Amino acid sequence: MPKRSDISSVLVIGSGPIVIGQACEFDYSGTQACRVLREEGIRVILVNSNPATIMTDPEFADATYVEPITPEVVEAIIAKERPDAVLATLGGQTALNCAMQLYERGVLERYDCPLIGANVEAIQLGEDRERFKGVVERCGAESARSLICHTMDECLSAANDLGYPVVVRPSFTMGGLGSGFAHDEEELRRIAGAGLFASPTTEVLLEESILGWKEYELEVMRDHADNVVVVCSIENFDPMGVHTGDSITVAPALTLTDREYQRLRDIGIAVIREVGVDTGGCNIQFAVNPEDGRIIVIEMNPRVSRSSALASKATGFPIAKIAAKMAIGYTLDEVPNDITKETPASFEPTLDYIVVKVPRFAFEKFPLADSTLTTTMKSVGEAMAIGRSFTEALQKALRSLERSDSAFHWRGATPTQEEGRELLAQAQRPTDGRIVLLQQALRSGLSVEEVHEVTKIDPWFLDQIALINEVAELVAAAPSLDPQLLRLAKRHGFSDAQLAQLAGMSEPVVRGVRQALGVRPVYKTVDTCAAEFAAQTPYHYSTYDEETEVAPRERPAVLILGSGPNRIGQGVEFDYSCVHASFALRDKGFDTVMVNCNPETVSTDYDTSSRLYFEPLTLEDVLEVYHAEAAAGPVAGVVVQLGGQTPLGLAQALKDEGLPIVGTSPEAIHLAEDRGAFGHVLATAGLPAPKYGTATSVDEALEIARGIGYPVLVRPSYVLGGRGMQIVYNDDSLREYVAKATLASPDHPILIDRFLDDAIEIDVDALYDGEDLYIGAIMEHIEEAGIHSGDSACVLPPVTLGRAEVGRVRESTRKLAEGIGVRGLMNVQFALAQDILYVLEANPRASRTVPFVAKATGVQISKAASRIMLGESIADLRRDGLLPAEGDGTTLPPDAATCVKEAVLPFKRFLTQEGEVVDSLLGPEMRSTGEVMGLDTDFGSAFAKSQLGAYGGLPNDGTVFVSVANRHKRAMIFPVKRLADLGFRLMATEGTADVLRRNGVRAEVVRKHSTGRGPDGEPTVVDLIYDNQVDMVVNTPESQEARADGYAIRASTTAMDKPIITTVQELAAAVQGIEAQRAGTLRVMSLQEHAEQLRAGRAS
Amino acid sequence: MLIPSDPNGPSHVNPLASRQPAVLVLEDGRTFTGQSYGAVGETVGEAVFNTGMTGYQETLTDPSYHRQVVVMTAPHIGNTGFNDEDDESSRIWVAGYVVRDPAVRPSSWRSTGTLEDALTAQDVVGICGIDTRALTRHLRERGSMKVGVFSGAAAARPVAELLSQVTEQPAMVGAALAAEVSTDQTYVVPAQGERRHRVVAMDLGIKGMTPELMAERGIEVHVVPQSATAQEILALEPDGVFMSNGPGDPATATHEIEVLRQVLDARVPFFGICYGNQMLGRALGFGTYKLKYGHRGINQPVMDRATGKVEVTAHNHGFAVDAPIDRESETHYGRVRVSHVCLNDDVVEGLECLDLPAFSVQYHPEAAAGPHDSAYLFDRFVDLMSTSKGESA
Repeated sequence: MPKRSDISSVLVIGSGPIVIGQACEFDYSGTQACRVLREEGIRVILVNSNPATIMTDPEFADATYVEPITPEVVEAIIAKERPDAVLATLGGQTALNCAMQLYERGVLERYDCPLIGANVEAIQLGEDRERFKGVVERCGAESARSLICHTMDECLSAANDLGYPVVVRPSFTMGGLGSGFAHDEEELRRIAGAGLFASPTTEVLLEESILGWKEYELEVMRDHADNVVVVCSIENFDPMGVHTGDSITVAPALTLTDREYQRLRDIGIAVIREVGVDTGGCNIQFAVNPEDGRIIVIEMNPRVSRSSALASKATGFPIAKIAAKMAIGYTLDEVPNDITKETPASFEPTLDYIVVKVPRFAFEKFPLADSTLTTTMKSVGEAMAIGRSFTEALQKALRSLERSDSAFHWRGATPTQEEGRELLAQAQRPTDGRIVLLQQALRSGLSVEEVHEVTKIDPWFLDQIALINEVAELVAAAPSLDPQLLRLAKRHGFSDAQLAQLAGMSEPVVRGVRQALGVRPVYKTVDTCAAEFAAQTPYHYSTYDEETEVAPRERPAVLILGSGPNRIGQGVEFDYSCVHASFALRDKGFDTVMVNCNPETVSTDYDTSSRLYFEPLTLEDVLEVYHAEAAAGPVAGVVVQLGGQTPLGLAQALKDEGLPIVGTSPEAIHLAEDRGAFGHVLATAGLPAPKYGTATSVDEALEIARGIGYPVLVRPSYVLGGRGMQIVYNDDSLREYVAKATLASPDHPILIDRFLDDAIEIDVDALYDGEDLYIGAIMEHIEEAGIHSGDSACVLPPVTLGRAEVGRVRESTRKLAEGIGVRGLMNVQFALAQDILYVLEANPRASRTVPFVAKATGVQISKAASRIMLGESIADLRRDGLLPAEGDGTTLPPDAATCVKEAVLPFKRFLTQEGEVVDSLLGPEMRSTGEVMGLDTDFGSAFAKSQLGAYGGLPNDGTVFVSVANRHKRAMIFPVKRLADLGFRLMATEGTADVLRRNGVRAEVVRKHSTGRGPDGEPTVVDLIYDNQVDMVVNTPESQEARADGYAIRASTTAMDKPIITTVQELAAAVQGIEAQRAGTLRVMSLQEHAEQLRAGRAS
Repeated sequence: MLIPSDPNGPSHVNPLASRQPAVLVLEDGRTFTGQSYGAVGETVGEAVFNTGMTGYQETLTDPSYHRQVVVMTAPHIGNTGFNDEDDESSRIWVAGYVVRDPAVRPSSWRSTGTLEDALTAQDVVGICGIDTRALTRHLRERGSMKVGVFSGAAAARPVAELLSQVTEQPAMVGAALAAEVSTDQTYVVPAQGERRHRVVAMDLGIKGMTPELMAERGIEVHVVPQSATAQEILALEPDGVFMSNGPGDPATATHEIEVLRQVLDARVPFFGICYGNQMLGRALGFGTYKLKYGHRGINQPVMDRATGKVEVTAHNHGFAVDAPIDRESETHYGRVRVSHVCLNDDVVEGLECLDLPAFSVQYHPEAAAGPHDSAYLFDRFVDLMSTSKGESA
């Protein structure tokens, strides 16, 4: 059946900011959906608050709203645009929830714009646990057995029925309070007893435990003619108990016979039909008892998911793209398979390779958080690798994580079995890096059975790790590296670095020997069909086999190195720049070759670049890709500037190996990154920087810090995202810091900077071609300097800077660009304090703010950067229309809208071992996972929108609790007074209340957390917050040491999802935002309208 | 779960030294060097590739693979070991087995031993450690061809000698093989529950799942040898006659086609699978031809042209029926339509007589291995027999 004729416009709902559990995989799926719909001639209206995404590029939709994804805002967009239908199945849970709210409010009916993809009934069936159980039963399958109990006797008999261990879940308690595992009657009495007490209905649910069972997922697609295909099966290395997002996962499933696999397939298909997902993709999770094969259906998502992005990359079957086609009426047999072009999409991909995905965590950013992996997802990113065997794919995936301790190692003496058992005991608790513990335990000689017994990981997987250890022993024992041995090791995924360790050589020597012996990888193709049909799409991965499939080419190629797995500080923003470079250079006649290993991204969509290499971003892997491409045709250059620190860190080594790095040279990068060299650049240019020093020992650090004067900002050199950065107030904490930091980074010294109190921080993104400077934008941070720029809200155009200051920023930026020798993008951070413009740092690469700048100013600066890198000038690009003919980001029209970028922080995800959320205080170390943008006519409105998009928004009325540090008391008076004038009820701690009272503002004094409840049970502030009596909290810390009181206040506010303001600058902004909200002046504006305004303004 | 008794589990031993050298030699002279897998020795056959990611045990024991050397495109084979339940016949039929990475330790609660032990016990010569994707691409581009696998001492012989041994084997075109795999004796698979119909199934290489699925539907299945005559078959007073899958060139099957014509003349309902589809095609007067490299996998899209629905199906065929897919054909037995087509390449995947109770499919509704999307065809057969008997369907 062809395309529906009744749909000519569709509203696509995106997934909002990147948060843990919902990352840039939805940029990938949303981008695909927008593309498909536009190709079909449909008018696409998009809403997504996340400016860092590719889907929110104005060219991907007809009307792009970077607006908060709330039912009110989306209704306003619907009222304005009047779409024929709403597509919400490609924007994660955020989009689905928003769609359900629109339905419940009658908006969909009122504007006659039904959901396409999944309907309301299907979404409800998939989401409602009880109703879903009914679905599973009707499909002839099983859910986990459970019984509801109201007394201890009922619990005991239920547990006997279900068998120990049982899961105890009290009904109607907050956040799973009182739930737990009972392994025997004694534990059951304790846990269920507490649970019955905690439950307001004296009710607990006892459920059979499926911990340790094998875990599988199927990705299923259905069209409206009821054709169904299973796109991919995924098997979890980590058994049940670890969230699938935090598990190492493998595709295809490797330890099922056909009978068992087909049973899963039958159930999966029956479930998608019974739930009634009309069209599109969904995923279904299963647990399989390894003892007898009993299958339990865990859950299904009636939408595309993180797993579907993974499955798309793993198979070459673009689930989101095809889901979008299904949604507008096509059937699977009408859509061609993109990769073969000849066969239809109504088939099931078959793989002749193995895919392994490994999660990347960020526990180092949250040292107090409990690092145990549970059913709540905690990872911030993932890497995927493809190999012709599990061992190869696994080892490639582990090295793709880019952490020194992520790969298997054979350092030191072989552990004794006793040590092995200790490691195994540790590995019983699933954590980041558990697989390396297991490898070491197996290395010690423990049997696969013993390791399986403790971890429940399938013996087949463990045996493969044992196999890797055996190959390692062979290498270690060999007198020399002969070709046969090298080939064997390479087939099991050993890197040159690992071989160097085993053979006692250096990595370059191993590489030299290997290459001289002709042991080099070949590149195979991901083709959906195991070579049954010819592939038309060059989507490659390396392996050590006989035959390579890299085709010769004539056009010059540009290699673009991506940014690897998402992590805090290096996320979708860098993927955005890489993708833009690819688009821009393809347009200019280059063949673009993308190298990346992050399955969530648009850059690893085989549609994005001329060629895709799904490879780890290590020196070895990049050199081999280059070698293969240089053999295929001319290579014009290698771009390292756009993927963040990952490719930048390889720049010098790649150049040393003779690769043509384009843009800013590795030597220039060094000038910016090396403190001494950079100091010289600054001195030559006559630019001031905060006093600083470089220390390699504790004594040296103390001497420097005393010379500069406390507080000082300390950090290891060569970091991104402020990793390990801290503000230190005295000798003791400095000593402690140096001890820790040296461990974290043995090769690099510690940098110590003067910390500028009360400075305005300014961020600049600029282009430089060797002659001309183009300022993309000047952004003013809302938080003071000292808060990491990635965690700080910022505003564009800068709201408080005068023309003279802008001029100084421009001049300083130009001097830096010249001094460093930038060709392409550069990001500079300045601090303006006591009228001195200090240079904090300069990064000769694409920054996190590039996509925000592009959207706020309507100029694609990363596209421009890629063309500058390949030799064009800013003047050329102005002529070409890629840059405005005149002016730049500092000369925006005066009536242009204001844009605010706000960071989104993951504190709520991380609980301490005591079960409290971790502290939400901002500092010099970046901890945000994503960002949103608010765009409106004035700062207050834009700020209000940014808060609405980030976490639900500022209150219009109610109660505000205020408690500020002494040094902030003066600055707080005016904004708090304004809140009182607006009718807010104020609460404050004693000291703050005193100051307010003296200034004529009345605030109720509430008890501190540390003093406890009063004699008559008077609540503390924390009690009030938990009791939902506080609508906003203002709490600035006394010092960077999180004091117990402040921590308890912030933790409770975070737990209750209420706005928490931790700086006075943000308080002032919030007051402006509240005023704008109450005035009702917020309005929706598309990026296209915004760009039109800018154009008109520039022209006039 | 199978956990070997040796406390340290099976050693991978020295992965370099434990296996003997092996070489795979193709008819056109291309060779692949690897290591022995299963029995050590030599074997020849027709090189074909199978793209299924599961179901190697069913594949190995499918008689249709008689005289074929099967290349598995899935890189890890043997992960779930070998069990007593998944055989599709009494033995492994493949002439040789080609895999990239054999599992040393199987993992499955149903496993009773390793795949390699089963191969060795049944004297199946295999090769592992070769670039199976390169081999598959070669077969895709050049077509299925003769092949030999030589391991141990045989691998050390001069390649020219091996090559001539490969080329000397008889070709698949013109090979009559059904008799070699068929049962010697008639046997009966009883109906499960109440017996509704009696079917005589001619074993041309039948897979165990086929009578099983019929029995589940109340059919008593009399499995007869390939040599059975029409008289013998009709003497059993069947409600329906079935012809199974099987190896070889359908153009050689004069006996089977003669039997089928008499069945059609008697207007006994007929259902054919795979080779049985080719039998119906030839009985109706259509030709058959050899595909370049065949369909062997469990992911093939087939459209039921009556409903427009797409089934994901299991395939194992090197030959196909040559019938027009865009219109009905007039035959000696009345009007015939192509009921199913493969969407990948428009190959005929099913035939339906419009004036006679007879239909057949080229693919495998019995699955094993493969998806169960097409099991409805067995219901269709039941309905056909019921209608023919005058029962309400």
